[in-house]
Amino acid sequence: MSYKINGKTFNQEPRPGQCLRTFARDLGWFGVKKGCDGGDCGACTVWLDGKPVHSCLVPAFRAKGREVTTIEGLACNGVLHPMQQAFLDAQAFQCGFCAAGMIMTSASLSDEDKKDLAFRLKGNLCRCTGYHAIEDALNGVASVEKDVAGKACGSSLQNPLAHSIVTGTARYTADVKMDGMLHLKVLRSPHAHAKLLAIRTEKAAAVPGVHAVFTWKDVPRRPYTSALHDDYRVDPDDTYILDNVARFVGQRIAAVAAESEGAAEEACRLIEVDYEVLPAVFDPEEAMLPGAPMLHHKEADSRIQRPEKNVFVQIESEYGNVAEGFKQADVTVERTFFSNKIQHAHLETHIAIASKSEDGRIHVRTSSQAPFQTKAKLAYLFGIYPEQIHVYAERVGGGFGGKQEMLCEELCVLALLKTGRPVKWEFTREEEFIGGVSRHPMKTSLKVGAKRDGTLTAIEIRVVSNTGAYGNHGGETLGASLGQSLQVYRCANMKGTGYAVYTNIVPSGAFRGYGSSQTAFAIESIMGDLARKLGMNLFELQRKNIVVPGDTPHSIWEGPSDVEMGSYGLDQCMDFVEKALASGRGSKKPEGNEWLEGRGHAIHMHDCIPPTEQRSEAHIKLRADGTYYLTNGVTEMGNGTITSMRQVAASILNTTAGRIEITIADTDRTAYDTGTFSSVGTSVSCKSVSLAAEILRDNLLKVASEFTSTPLEKCRLVDSEIQCGSRKVTLTELFASVPDARHRLEVMRKAYGSPRTTCFNVHGFRIAVHRVTGEIRILQSVHAADAGTILNPMQCRGQVEGAVAQGIGGSLFERMVFDANGKMINPTFRNYRISAFADIPRTEIFFADTYDAYGPLGAKSAGETPIIPVAPALGNALADATGVRFDSLPFSADRIFAQLAEAK
Amino acid sequence: MDLNTITEVRRPSKADEVKKWEMGFAWLAGGTWLFSEPQVNTHTLIDLETLHWPSLTASAEGLEIAATCKVVELDKFTAPREWTSAPLFSECCHSFLASFKIWNEATVGGNLVMSLPAGPMISLTSALEGVCTLWPRNGEPRKMPVVDFITGNHKNALAPGELLRSIFLPAGALKKTYAFRRFTLTHLGRSEVLIIGTRCPTTKEILLTITASTLRPIQLRFQSSPTAEVVKSAIEKAAPIELYLEDTHGSPAHRQHLTYYFAEQIRRELTA
Ligand SMILES: Cc1cc2nc3c(=O)[nH]c(=O)nc-3n(C[C@H](O)[C@H](O)[C@H](O)COP(=O)(O)OP(=O)(O)OC[C@H]3O[C@@H](n4cnc5c(N)ncnc54)[C@H](O)[C@@H]3O)c2cc1C
Ligand code: FES
Ligand code: FES
Repeated sequence: MSYKINGKTFNQEPRPGQCLRTFARDLGWFGVKKGCDGGDCGACTVWLDGKPVHSCLVPAFRAKGREVTTIEGLACNGVLHPMQQAFLDAQAFQCGFCAAGMIMTSASLSDEDKKDLAFRLKGNLCRCTGYHAIEDALNGVASVEKDVAGKACGSSLQNPLAHSIVTGTARYTADVKMDGMLHLKVLRSPHAHAKLLAIRTEKAAAVPGVHAVFTWKDVPRRPYTSALHDDYRVDPDDTYILDNVARFVGQRIAAVAAESEGAAEEACRLIEVDYEVLPAVFDPEEAMLPGAPMLHHKEADSRIQRPEKNVFVQIESEYGNVAEGFKQADVTVERTFFSNKIQHAHLETHIAIASKSEDGRIHVRTSSQAPFQTKAKLAYLFGIYPEQIHVYAERVGGGFGGKQEMLCEELCVLALLKTGRPVKWEFTREEEFIGGVSRHPMKTSLKVGAKRDGTLTAIEIRVVSNTGAYGNHGGETLGASLGQSLQVYRCANMKGTGYAVYTNIVPSGAFRGYGSSQTAFAIESIMGDLARKLGMNLFELQRKNIVVPGDTPHSIWEGPSDVEMGSYGLDQCMDFVEKALASGRGSKKPEGNEWLEGRGHAIHMHDCIPPTEQRSEAHIKLRADGTYYLTNGVTEMGNGTITSMRQVAASILNTTAGRIEITIADTDRTAYDTGTFSSVGTSVSCKSVSLAAEILRDNLLKVASEFTSTPLEKCRLVDSEIQCGSRKVTLTELFASVPDARHRLEVMRKAYGSPRTTCFNVHGFRIAVHRVTGEIRILQSVHAADAGTILNPMQCRGQVEGAVAQGIGGSLFERMVFDANGKMINPTFRNYRISAFADIPRTEIFFADTYDAYGPLGAKSAGETPIIPVAPALGNALADATGVRFDSLPFSADRIFAQLAEAK
Repeated sequence: MDLNTITEVRRPSKADEVKKWEMGFAWLAGGTWLFSEPQVNTHTLIDLETLHWPSLTASAEGLEIAATCKVVELDKFTAPREWTSAPLFSECCHSFLASFKIWNEATVGGNLVMSLPAGPMISLTSALEGVCTLWPRNGEPRKMPVVDFITGNHKNALAPGELLRSIFLPAGALKKTYAFRRFTLTHLGRSEVLIIGTRCPTTKEILLTITASTLRPIQLRFQSSPTAEVVKSAIEKAAPIELYLEDTHGSPAHRQHLTYYFAEQIRRELTA
């Protein structure tokens, strides 16, 4: 008997403990994905004799003599399965990493099954979409619009990779085979704080198949930061590739490269380490006290401000005079809020593959949000000329900030340099939790003063941010936490103090909302308190105090800033949400007087570009066949930038998006880019495309006008032709006829992230709360966004829905929990729940009608910020329902029920 | 996931083919737990699938469920009409965190042997007064009520190598009326508390089985119609706060609070 996959017969035998997932992949079926490898996410779903199973849980030998179908085997003679077509038409994915499993599950459902999607899809997690588009697909609702020349901007055009995603042929980082590839695994620290006294690797090195073992003695002793910023100096140089001090449970201690993952794992288990366990500190307030264990004994050039107090960065600033402001206040409110440590949970884990070409250059295939910064860092660490390194990301399975970090590429390169063999390192899901990055937990203390009529007179904020064992993104998120969430309010006096503090916990990093989410939760909650104290409606209080067009927003800093409201839709957004909540739409409160009902909302204004250096460069050219070729360094990870870029270019060139081929995220084939994060996809990357496309259009017209001797004003670019007076010249003809002018048909432009315009988001909820059990049910969810011109409505909606779903998870149940020794107790999706289909209500979404003065074609950021007002909107609804203010996230039933005894 | 430490898989056709039990052996049922975590201390899997035990055998005395019965088979089982508590089968299958796709592989026996507080097959078979048949490696089969079989969180009465052969549900229990309550922190998530009450139509005796919230099933028997206080104090006595589970699916205090709340609802429903 042999194995049969997608109708093909294989005579290979699996290894005894091998699961069907990796066996199918070994045989070349890369459509079978790994999101968790433990049965929770469904990305690996295949059919076994027609029944859907999680292939990571199925012993491969059991598939013998049975029929295995993967996503690649679903289409029949090149005709898509109706479910694949439905996913295509609804574009029921963003990064697409969940799509294969989602489609395999969905395609197995009967019409009867489809009546209970919450139940049927509970074993398939999607971190990107918020499930609405998936529900659409299952209900046969189509959203994709036709690609019409000149109508690209504002149309719901399909992602250019959509077909490859629904057929399982899109290539993510892991989906390649390389001859002689080695696998890397690491040994991680069991201690939160310890010095390595001795480390013995002989036994490990002797394991058959092991090619190299690395400890701290084998790596360049160069301090760096894993954070990826153009200006590396905003983060501290506090990290070594491998160190002789462990500062958190899970820090890597040694690495092994071997012919199989199994051999590498076994070798890791055989490495013997003698530790001197040091005292550890987990609470950032305690870490700042005298006598607390000191994490980093580093020099000033590490840029750690006060190592002796475990403070990486301290910020103190005042705008106006808060003491005076509080004197003028008739009422003041004060409270301290706590935000949780949460994980990005992008479905594709971190992964990199390093290899060498014959010319000696190093190629790093990786799942990164910033390939160019990775390249620069690798060059620095290994003392290699940057030209010798090529970093690229073909397709990234979600990021959300978690991949604005170099967490695996450096060990792959280290092992490549030693062994000369290609080296791959793929994180397990557990490693994402214990060795990746997560959101900075922040403690935010606020004091706000106001006049009786609601006018704000003073805001004072103190933030203590837990950056964990390393300071990557600690300073920038702290700055954002003190600035972004305050600046929506006009208040003459604002003062902020903030600390980014080291503790012996897995490091924090960049996370969608980047510091603002944490303090927006506090600020919008306390505004709710203030409104209640003043007997005002929160909308009314906010309208009295929000910035308006013409204002120069500020937070705690004096002095000039390049933030400039290039458009303003906050008023519209607030109106949308207020009206929607008052409309009576949504579900009714469940029967029974144990159920309380409440409404709440929150607002946010966000800079579309971070204050650090942001630039992007687009190259676009006309090709001989009359189509265009566009390159840009941006990364596509489900954010849709690749679609938006083509739309922007198509719109300016008055053609279809289909005529624009695009290459991205490749340090060899695209120009330098500062990375894809912090909302810059639209504001900077697409901007460079619009600048380049405009010049190309003008040049095309000029060249055509010269070629045909027609006055320029009589020339018009219409799709694939230029109408020159009464004569038509096709672009192919033009290209062929003007060899001397071709250099004008290839254009490059850079965009620079200044001035920085702002976008706005308002979220509203009506909820029911069970006063005994603590259960919260969302009855209505409403979001209004001001993203300027909506380049692609389907995509923008998708971004909002995904962000809201991530926000709901983080507000209601997501939480990384650590034991008394700093070990995370729930590093699996089984025990760290992320939103499933059943958890997410359908959100009503509104877009403000604005046109941004700085953004490309009037557009501005849409993807990052909708998450920010979600938590405080829920908190305000909860307070409205119960009369109790909950100050600590998440609001899971077991964390709120006790206080509900005091509910009104 | 790949279990890279496994070097051998045996597929016996009879359980006695496995005479000598060694450290590092593991029975493989559905594999849905075994393959969901690294098993670094295991080197040999012994497949139960090839034993071909009949999954469900109904008789006038009751229902014999083979340990290897798949969850999906139990969910789809059509019970004789007089088995009034049989809807609990499906109710409990739906109480897995695991999706229906996992039910295609996971077994009832595997769930009992896992002995997790949130094991819904434990809730079901203990509430319906199930009795386990155990096959020691060398020795006579022995029988034991499910409530005694589970001794703690991830702990049970099996000796090394001992097999759980089957669970027998007596017809008497299947003919009772029942009430079911469950709570999860996330929608369709892992049970934080799962309580089943049954009532004997003739003696009116009430059997209250508390699971998921406590480390092991707590079963309480009440003659005819107990008052709220009687039920509450019986729970208090049987389950001190230390017996409530603490993990990310619920805190001990909340689990205890919900246990009282739902037990009272069940008392009312069954005595109404
Ligand atoms: C996504 C997911 C969600 C889950 N949710 C839940 C949940 O909500 N509640 C819950 O309790 N569990 C849950 N589990 C754990 C587990 O899958 C179930 O308990 C399942 O019923 C185990 O059955 P199995 O046949 O797959 O066992 P296996 O994985 O094959 O075996 C489990 C253990 O039992 C032993 N074993 C199996 N059968 C026998 C036997 N007859 N005699 C002796 N030893 C035996 C095995 O050696 C092994 O140690 C979940 C698992 C996953 C992957
Ligand atoms: S990879 Fe199999 S369920 Fe997640
Ligand atoms: S599209 Fe579903 S996980 Fe990214």
